[in-house]
Amino acid sequence: MTELLYLACAAAFIFGLKRLGSPRTAKGGNLLAAAGMLGAVVITLVDQDIVDWGIVIAGLVVGGVLGGVAAVRVKMTSMPEMVAAFNGFGGVASALVALSEFLRVDDTSAFANETVVTIALSVLIGSITFSGSFVAFGKLQGLVPGRPLTYPGQQLVNGTLAASAIGVGAWAIIERTDLAYWILAGITLVLGIVLVLPIGGADMPVVISLLNSLSGLAASAAGFVISNTALIIGGALVGSAGLILTMLMTEAMNRPLSNVLFGAFGTGDSTGTSGLTMSDKPVKRATAADLAISLSYAQSVVIVPGYGLAVAQAQHATRALADALEEQGIRVTYAIHPVAGRMPGHMNVLLAEADVPYDLLLDLDQANAELAAADVALILGANDVVNPSARDDSDSPIYGMPILEVDHAQTVVVVKRSLSPGFAGIDNPLFYADGTMMFFSDAKQALEDTVIALAEL
Amino acid sequence: MSPLIIGITVFVLATFVGIEVISKVPPTLHTPLMSGANAISGITIVGAVTAAGFGSGGIATVLGFLAVAAATINVVGGFLVTDRMLGMFQRPKRDQ
Repeated sequence: MTELLYLACAAAFIFGLKRLGSPRTAKGGNLLAAAGMLGAVVITLVDQDIVDWGIVIAGLVVGGVLGGVAAVRVKMTSMPEMVAAFNGFGGVASALVALSEFLRVDDTSAFANETVVTIALSVLIGSITFSGSFVAFGKLQGLVPGRPLTYPGQQLVNGTLAASAIGVGAWAIIERTDLAYWILAGITLVLGIVLVLPIGGADMPVVISLLNSLSGLAASAAGFVISNTALIIGGALVGSAGLILTMLMTEAMNRPLSNVLFGAFGTGDSTGTSGLTMSDKPVKRATAADLAISLSYAQSVVIVPGYGLAVAQAQHATRALADALEEQGIRVTYAIHPVAGRMPGHMNVLLAEADVPYDLLLDLDQANAELAAADVALILGANDVVNPSARDDSDSPIYGMPILEVDHAQTVVVVKRSLSPGFAGIDNPLFYADGTMMFFSDAKQALEDTVIALAEL
Repeated sequence: MSPLIIGITVFVLATFVGIEVISKVPPTLHTPLMSGANAISGITIVGAVTAAGFGSGGIATVLGFLAVAAATINVVGGFLVTDRMLGMFQRPKRDQ
């Protein structure tokens, strides 16, 4: 009976995820999944012979308050950090469940072989997810430098650590001592840290997706440990969701996953020096008045948001400018590159917060069709995703990455704080092109000034 | 069939279901999808509650408590933040 009730909860997850597929049903889908989760917890509280009620309730209250406060307070611009942190907590919970299950039993020879294997797997995946997620969190928050942190011999050190994690895992499975599991947890925690440190900030959409997938796999592994199908199914669903997003992100970067994870992308001395020489080239500077004039003569304006928009918290200012333009009968659309920002869909959430209707947000193909006929492409804090060298320069490290072809628009205006290259560390020939005007400013300030300038025309 | 084989069967089938369901989610909803899925990975709370409530005492119970707290952060925070985000997604409307 209990098994069937757990299955019903798992079904709620599947239906919930399915309803997350359309903006109209998504809210209900999320609630349905949450109801499934509540059901699963209630079933467990009733069915299991809980002895330490105090401990269980204390854990639920502490976690509920911390999670609830964080969820209500977080700014939409900080969503990638938030998701990374929640991810980490999910991963560590699965590792702790497995570890606790092992330590609880005195006679470890009573465990079936497959049980100790899945305990070791839960600890391994869960710990990597935990520490990896918190390094990602630190990078996104700016607590850890966002650039790839590398040192000579890093791959060798990481490889050795990974090999020893596997070795200790085998030891833990064969010898079944508490010590082996503690060491396994320790090594895999370190492994999670050193694996994410060399990955650059711009690659975070991939990393977060992958860690999301791992947190699901950790839950599945824990499900094998305690023989619970709700965990196995729920974990598998999350594992596949994260995997799909990971593949979509690497596709949008045109780089294999191995390159994202181990390529320490965004360093390399050659790009650094060429960046310096390129920056000496002249650019056409624009002011708020120049931008206002260009916009007022336009019929179609495409706004291209990037991570800079999130940093500047400029989503509401963007909407205000779009409103002013729409009042004059100008068509305004938004071109969203899949890897713009720091997590999949990051820009969509920010613009949704500013009440931009989601049908005005164009994906890569739609956006490029729109850009071909657009009068002005207004780039707000995006860089690598509009870099034409990805299309034209076969020597470029990002060559082959699908880009938003903003240079097909009549006029390109780039709002950016400085000429510094993006997170990929690659200079952008777009900035020096004939049809491009550079508006050096914080995105929010620039947009507010432009709205004023428009009104004064 | 042994419980292990049944478990693996369930895992593989659920993965296929997940891929089928999730590959249809449009890019605009990728962030809520991720945070919603993230909350679902907190299903490990079921194991955590069991581990914490066993009354075995000692380190196993301490770990159980930590597991419950961490999983609850994941579940409550994840579903709440997803709800907050989805509340902002408007139906397309023409202003004029």
